[in-house]
Amino acid sequence: MDFLAEHQPELLPGKRQLPAQGVIEAPHGTTIVAATFPGGVVLAGDRRATMGNLISQRDMEKVFPADEYSAVGIAGTAGLAVEMVKLFQLELEHFEKVEGVQLSLEGKANRLSTMIRSNLGMAMQGLAVVPLFAGYDLDREKGRIFSYDVTGGRFEERAFAATGSGSLFARGAMKKLFREDLSEEQATTLVVQALYDAADDDSATGGPDVARRIYPLVTVITEEGCRRLTDGESSEIARAVLERRLEQPDGPSAALL
Amino acid sequence: MSTPFYVSPQQAMADRAEYARKGIARGRSLVVMQYADGIVFVGENPSRALHKFSEIYDRIGFAAAGKYNEYENLRIGGVRYADLRGYTYDRDDVTARGLANVYAQTLGTIFSSAAEKPYEVELVVAEVGETPEGDQIYRLPHDGSIVDEHGSVAVGGNAEPVSSFLEQRHRDGMTLVEALKLAVQALSRDTNGSEREIPADRLEVAVLDRTRPQQRKFKRIVGRQLARLLEGDGTAASEAEEETSGGSGDSGDSGSSGAEK
Repeated sequence: MDFLAEHQPELLPGKRQLPAQGVIEAPHGTTIVAATFPGGVVLAGDRRATMGNLISQRDMEKVFPADEYSAVGIAGTAGLAVEMVKLFQLELEHFEKVEGVQLSLEGKANRLSTMIRSNLGMAMQGLAVVPLFAGYDLDREKGRIFSYDVTGGRFEERAFAATGSGSLFARGAMKKLFREDLSEEQATTLVVQALYDAADDDSATGGPDVARRIYPLVTVITEEGCRRLTDGESSEIARAVLERRLEQPDGPSAALL
Repeated sequence: MSTPFYVSPQQAMADRAEYARKGIARGRSLVVMQYADGIVFVGENPSRALHKFSEIYDRIGFAAAGKYNEYENLRIGGVRYADLRGYTYDRDDVTARGLANVYAQTLGTIFSSAAEKPYEVELVVAEVGETPEGDQIYRLPHDGSIVDEHGSVAVGGNAEPVSSFLEQRHRDGMTLVEALKLAVQALSRDTNGSEREIPADRLEVAVLDRTRPQQRKFKRIVGRQLARLLEGDGTAASEAEEETSGGSGDSGDSGSSGAEK
């Protein structure tokens, strides 16, 4: 990053001239959710990108592996967010090759925080990027989640987190469904349920699209590394959720007391 | 005021080349060779921290003999070059040929600049292709020339006898175990023809394995896996090889970090 700043500063996100006043219509990504389980963490995102009230893309990918043991999901202006992730991935890989060891999970989270902060000018113009970062901490042997705000504030979440326009609904759903002792399969079902609830109440979040076979992207990070569920696996989970929702449209209900 | 002695350019260059060659010859030699599934790097290295081989990019590996601080400098330069290229254009646009050219320029400039001492290093840049025909190995001597190598190449102190030994015995399509054994055999031959034993914990071994599912093909082979490969006979060979290609989940992409853990 420092090398890039010195030699080709125009390639860095924060160094651009800001556009003149006026709102730019650009595609926005919507909801990302993450939840921990004993032994790892899952990170999932819906597939919709919107531009104003239009759907600009139905099958967008918003969850990216950052390196072997971490992944980042993006909400906000798609173009800027994808570029930020690309630079983030590059930096982690570069550090690993030059130093011979990987950055610590804290180090990765802090680095992402700085990158978001450098985008503050753009965020003030309505082009915000707010990612969610999840990874497996090899030293502490557990999955961890970091959420961010537009100013680069970094907050570690203990159990689950959501970002993007449908995050309120997703967080509500996870609040009622989350338990400390979830298995890996249960955790993946939990995040798909949360995304379903987000899509249910937020127009910018896409639900599972059975006709086009577009299902949420789910990434599981454990001691063994980062693994994206195949289309088959995620369609199976999404279909199971959908099946139950045909009987109970509001999803599983929690005990009253 | 005294006038400096006149030294002819020929003599100056010959002296510099002599100086660089002597520096390189002090180090131990290392071997880079093709095998069926990729390219293997083998060298004797008592240090666990100062690597002779390293990953440059997805398909590109780097090997160096000579002075550590000098080739480490070049290695980091290479990683920067490759990462910047890949970020600006695409991951496919980073090639060993491009990288070898940059190294040749750098080494050549340093070698002929009177103000600097020549670098006492000899580099190998290797890129693994989709098929063995696509593999590329470039050797870069201290003066900035590029030699396109096929099959096997040795650099460092005892390079000439080692490479002629390899040339006679290396053939295409060797398994990893065969290639590894041949390389170790070549490295254990002393200048006077006698053989000595190199224990596994003094060997540094890495592969660029085209069958790896990940984008980054570079992987260090360390510890038990290396011992198993060195002992491996014909049957164990295929097993061990599967281990290298498929069972890479544990150290994963973190080829270099895996070595320290």
